[in-house]
Amino acid sequence: MAIALDRKRKRSRNPIVAEDRIAGLVFVLPAMLVFGVFVFGAIIFAFYVSFHDWKLTDRGGIWALFTDPGKTWVGFDNYRHIFGNPDFWTAFRNTSWYALGVVPAQTLTGLTLAVLANQKIKGRTFFRTAFYFPSISSSVVIAIIFLWMYSARGPINFVIQKLGFPTPRPVWLSNPNGVLEMGLNGIGIDNVPNWLAGPSLALLSIMMLNVWTTTGTMMVIFLAGLQNIPGDVYEAAVLDGASRFRQFRDITVPLLRPVTAFVITIGLIGTFQVFDQIWVMSEGNNGGPFRTTTTLAFLVYLEGFRQGRGLGYASALAVVLFAIILVLYFIQRWITSDKRHG
Amino acid sequence: MAVNPDIPNPAHSNVRGSELRTGWSDRLIRAVAYIVLSFVAFLMFVPFIFSVVTSFKSNRDANQLLSLRTLFWPETFYLNAYRTVFDSDISRWFLNSTIVAVIWVIARAFTASAAGYAFARMEFPGKNVLFILVLSTLMIPGMVTIVPKFIILKELHLLNSYGALTLPFAADAFGIFLMKQFFESIPVELEEAARIDGASRYRMFVEVILPNAMPALTALAIFSFQGSWNAFLEPLIFINSADLFTLPLGLAYFRQANYTDWPVLMGGAVVTTVPIAIFYVVFQRFFVEGQVSSGIKG
Repeated sequence: MAIALDRKRKRSRNPIVAEDRIAGLVFVLPAMLVFGVFVFGAIIFAFYVSFHDWKLTDRGGIWALFTDPGKTWVGFDNYRHIFGNPDFWTAFRNTSWYALGVVPAQTLTGLTLAVLANQKIKGRTFFRTAFYFPSISSSVVIAIIFLWMYSARGPINFVIQKLGFPTPRPVWLSNPNGVLEMGLNGIGIDNVPNWLAGPSLALLSIMMLNVWTTTGTMMVIFLAGLQNIPGDVYEAAVLDGASRFRQFRDITVPLLRPVTAFVITIGLIGTFQVFDQIWVMSEGNNGGPFRTTTTLAFLVYLEGFRQGRGLGYASALAVVLFAIILVLYFIQRWITSDKRHG
Repeated sequence: MAVNPDIPNPAHSNVRGSELRTGWSDRLIRAVAYIVLSFVAFLMFVPFIFSVVTSFKSNRDANQLLSLRTLFWPETFYLNAYRTVFDSDISRWFLNSTIVAVIWVIARAFTASAAGYAFARMEFPGKNVLFILVLSTLMIPGMVTIVPKFIILKELHLLNSYGALTLPFAADAFGIFLMKQFFESIPVELEEAARIDGASRYRMFVEVILPNAMPALTALAIFSFQGSWNAFLEPLIFINSADLFTLPLGLAYFRQANYTDWPVLMGGAVVTTVPIAIFYVVFQRFFVEGQVSSGIKG
């Protein structure tokens, strides 16, 4: 079919609109079908299952949920159990500390590295490639490598000893002591309440691993954002006599706000779902020393698929997790959009 | 900031054409930048370097106290670890991961380009609502849908098959955005010309749009391949026969089986990472740009 291109440019609208009305729907159908079943249908289904008590081993398969709902229906019981369950609150606390530590850390280091990389330096591409590499490796591989790094005779303890400091006992990933609690004890404050004890050393190890992995991703995003800021804005500021610090504070930071909001958002969503590393690095795979590395996502897995309270309970947990993430998302958006204009 | 009425004296200032800043403070910052960036780059590589070094040690040597030298170079080279690694089912896991990844790529290329084209060029009822729905899938955490997905796949008798690892992921929002973005940049004239020649949308798609979409499709392919290759949660839950393990899953069980045999574990890590490292270095532009474009437009 010969396509003639030698015609004048006209702002012509496609005359055969009626065909599009159908064709458009046909074209989006495959994608929407997948989403319809496996995303939206799944969410609705998750809600439905969360009101039932059902285990993998139960008889009748899932049709029991529909044909004989009376047997399995438990209403809000699952939810009531969740909020009365200390395991849930432990997991919630762990996950909160996790996000509280990792999100600011990866955002700040990503931003710092991006600002540095944005200077007129050679080899920016090399640095970008180097920093991004951990993000594309398998999380399982990285977790396994860091299992060794954190081992008693691994390089991290080696460096610490070389610097003259004591290494933690028990060793990192087996250490259930809260880091904040240890710090406060160190300056003489005892009787630290449970919720203030901070993440355990084991959890902190995984958090540091996470920051190592994702800093590169955040840096790359920030770098693109920085390079989107036109140079003349800075030139005008220099002509006005603005110092570099003022340029950063008054130009860079405000213009980076949408990118920063994005980085924080994906950080929050990601950290509240951390799973792979927890699975690989939790002692005996049970949620860590004294369950101190059990996160909410891992708890869903434990309850649903590992002799826990069943899929109904796990679904309810997942719904609660979803709600938490949504709330955080909206809070975060409200905060980053309502800032005073500098 | 008020405009400074005093124009800087060219004789004093550093304003010189487009190279505005050449003062000593800039050179200092640039030096700091090089040092910090190099150090951090080193930190990014060092765990992988260590894993390679450890993989060539014997189990006994690996458990000795480290010295600065043995951190970066084994005292004696042993290949036992690699023998164990290749004795395992690692080639089977590789094969499974590859098959699943290829199916992912094909499925997503199809669904994303079709949907992307529709959103880019066509007007149809419900277009805006559907687009918002697509957007919203990005907000759904994987953990929320894993239980229902499991149940659905169970009832479709697809558990423990390649279908379980591919069907739920046959479409994704990033891919649709990528293709939509790209199609919007193709000049309308191409389609108008085809229209004049009597082509339907379907023909236009196949004969005009798709052949021109190779750059975007390549980026999409790489992005999808990477996502599939590293997936762990879904294989963990949907698969339970060892001959269907994908690489991350196989490695995780490999780890349980070789609990403290560090050289063997590191050998597994190396063997898994080397191919993707090569792949990454060759195609790195696509990896980074896929992430970036989703970030800026997001």
